[in-house]
Amino acid sequence: MPSKELETQDMLLNMGPQHPSTHGVLRLVLRTDGELVSDVTPVVGYLHRCAEKIGENLRYEQYVPYTDRMDYLSSMSDNLALCLAVERLMKIEIPPRAQYIRVIMAELNRIASHLLAFGTFGLDVGAFTPFLYAWREREMILNMFEYVCGARLTYNYMKVGGVWKDVDKKFAEMVNNFLSIFDDKLKEYNDLLSYNQIFITRTKGLGVIPRDMALAWGLSGPIARASGIEWDLRRAEPYSSYDKFEFRIPVGRPGIGVVGDCWNRYFVRIEEMVESGRILRQALDGLPSGKFSADVKRGYKVPAGEAYTVIENPRGELGFYIISDGSDTPLRVKIRAPSFVNLSVLPEISRGVLIADLIAILGSIDIVLGEIDR
Amino acid sequence: MNIWDLAKIVFVIALVLQGVPVLVWLERKISASIQGRIGPNRTAVLGLKAAGFFQPVADAVKLLFKEDVTPGAADRFLYQLAPLFVFVPPLLVFTVIPFGNRIGEEHLQVANLPIGVLFVMSVLSLGVYGVAFGGWASNNKYSLLGGLRASAQLISYELTLGLSIITIILMAGTVDMREIVARQTRSAFLSWNLFGGGNLLLLPSGLVAGLVFYVAALAENNRLPFDLPECEAELVAGYHTEYSSMKFAMYFMAEYAAMITMSALFVTLFLGGWHFPGLVDPADTSWIGGLLSHGVFVAKMGAVIALYIWIRWTLPRFRYDQLMRLGWKVLLPIALVNLLVIAVIGVAWGER
Repeated sequence: MPSKELETQDMLLNMGPQHPSTHGVLRLVLRTDGELVSDVTPVVGYLHRCAEKIGENLRYEQYVPYTDRMDYLSSMSDNLALCLAVERLMKIEIPPRAQYIRVIMAELNRIASHLLAFGTFGLDVGAFTPFLYAWREREMILNMFEYVCGARLTYNYMKVGGVWKDVDKKFAEMVNNFLSIFDDKLKEYNDLLSYNQIFITRTKGLGVIPRDMALAWGLSGPIARASGIEWDLRRAEPYSSYDKFEFRIPVGRPGIGVVGDCWNRYFVRIEEMVESGRILRQALDGLPSGKFSADVKRGYKVPAGEAYTVIENPRGELGFYIISDGSDTPLRVKIRAPSFVNLSVLPEISRGVLIADLIAILGSIDIVLGEIDR
Repeated sequence: MNIWDLAKIVFVIALVLQGVPVLVWLERKISASIQGRIGPNRTAVLGLKAAGFFQPVADAVKLLFKEDVTPGAADRFLYQLAPLFVFVPPLLVFTVIPFGNRIGEEHLQVANLPIGVLFVMSVLSLGVYGVAFGGWASNNKYSLLGGLRASAQLISYELTLGLSIITIILMAGTVDMREIVARQTRSAFLSWNLFGGGNLLLLPSGLVAGLVFYVAALAENNRLPFDLPECEAELVAGYHTEYSSMKFAMYFMAEYAAMITMSALFVTLFLGGWHFPGLVDPADTSWIGGLLSHGVFVAKMGAVIALYIWIRWTLPRFRYDQLMRLGWKVLLPIALVNLLVIAVIGVAWGER
């Protein structure tokens, strides 16, 4: 009989920055007992490009392309957030047409971003085909962006005062065409993945973020809504004429999943795509005529002061804080990146799960490293 | 050994080895059509594109020319040995599988062992060594986890697989592979073991056994939804993460060879082997009849494999513990009860 118990040791597993499922260059240091994860430490910063510091050395209009590269999956939102902050400082009145175009672009980008989140989440739990289905529909949106501003990923489309280029009939046709098929596609996704029994057993009750925890950690976006918090900045603090549109705020529900679990985080995004479609229809129908940009001279100077604007980007609450000293470059830029805040909850909810679950939880948080590291 | 034996050995090895590239091509084309893509269509031999049929050849050539890396801290002996361990069993199993009827007096089967089915079961379980060795010898944490998962999974599902094979032994009353097929050729479809082997009372049991066997076969071959040992989302590539060049190709080919063997086994045990009512006449021993029976066998294998591929590109993956629960708490009891039912029916209403 062995008199002493066998000593066991935790295994230190370094996941990333080069790993298929860390969604970019995130590094996770796991302490595992076999397959069981006892501790997770996210290590960020591999994609740090001094984006905030760069902002202090560039004129405002030159800084817009840099915001594209933060949340590169929803560049339109980043463009918009910066422009809104500068416009608040300059106290510019934005023409209604420009506001509507901004809404259309932001919502299209939200759908594109959520499609990617849906696809990669499927990939994380082992379903490859939904990923390519999502890619197929995202391609249609990217084609629209390419048509209207020439770029497919980093748009640099919005500018202080409005947008660079007007949209035309053909663009509206493309959007309508997309919307007319999109509901069927969503049904296809649901049949293929959302209500798949294996998928549900993989994600139900996993990585539950209770309402209190979501509030305490400052989570926002689909993650907070999946925990039952009906908080959407498009409704709570409407910007860019979002108050003119009818839409529902999807929240996590008990039923197939548990409130705040991976399945609900996933499904809230699916429902949000439906709502974005509704907003798009309304915005296209009511698109006002007029100017697509206010008159802002090149090389404008911004009055001294500070402004903080928050918008609802696909991942949550994106904030731009700008201090101006009255010159044409900002004195200080600070960005509140939703992915960064949302990622911080990961160690809290992934103690004691299996390695496979950790990947699913990370996928359900839907991070973009470009935004986290900036 | 006469010339026939030699010819059959060469033929079987060629069938499995040449089946691999065909299967790779099939998998890529089917997955492409499921996912709304085109799939490989660029490779050409002498200007003949053949819908990318030569893509696997290009892949093999590419792998041949890659550097063969052995990690510094690897256990060199086991590291070299492991790919062989996964590659040989599927080839060995094929020796006892009747891949056609007869040509003259020669049965289209390399060796008809009297213990055919038992041989299959024992050789199949060797494959787990290759996976476990590979995972351990690479000295990589992902490989280790993949190897551990694989060994646990293969051992668990082998039980289920074995139980459903025993069901077939009970139905057929023999472990002789040739005899098992011969019994399925007595009448039309209903004499197939999947449909009860000629006894209508056994029809439900045959279907259940077939289903259980198929699911367990998916798990044995590490195919989605049971591809945990090598799931790229978590373990990068699982037990063969560190392997490169032809050693990786061995693992890759072994996976497909195992699929071919497993589907051949399924066809032999459940789907009447080379028999197809109305198409193949068991009494016909001419060349044409023999080749036709082989064609039927291959076509059935193709159908089974197509289902494999379809499943793979549709479903998400199980989690490790869910997989174990499914194996031990669902499939194993079902297989056991099914075995009991067949035994009782066999005793009560048996033919003997």
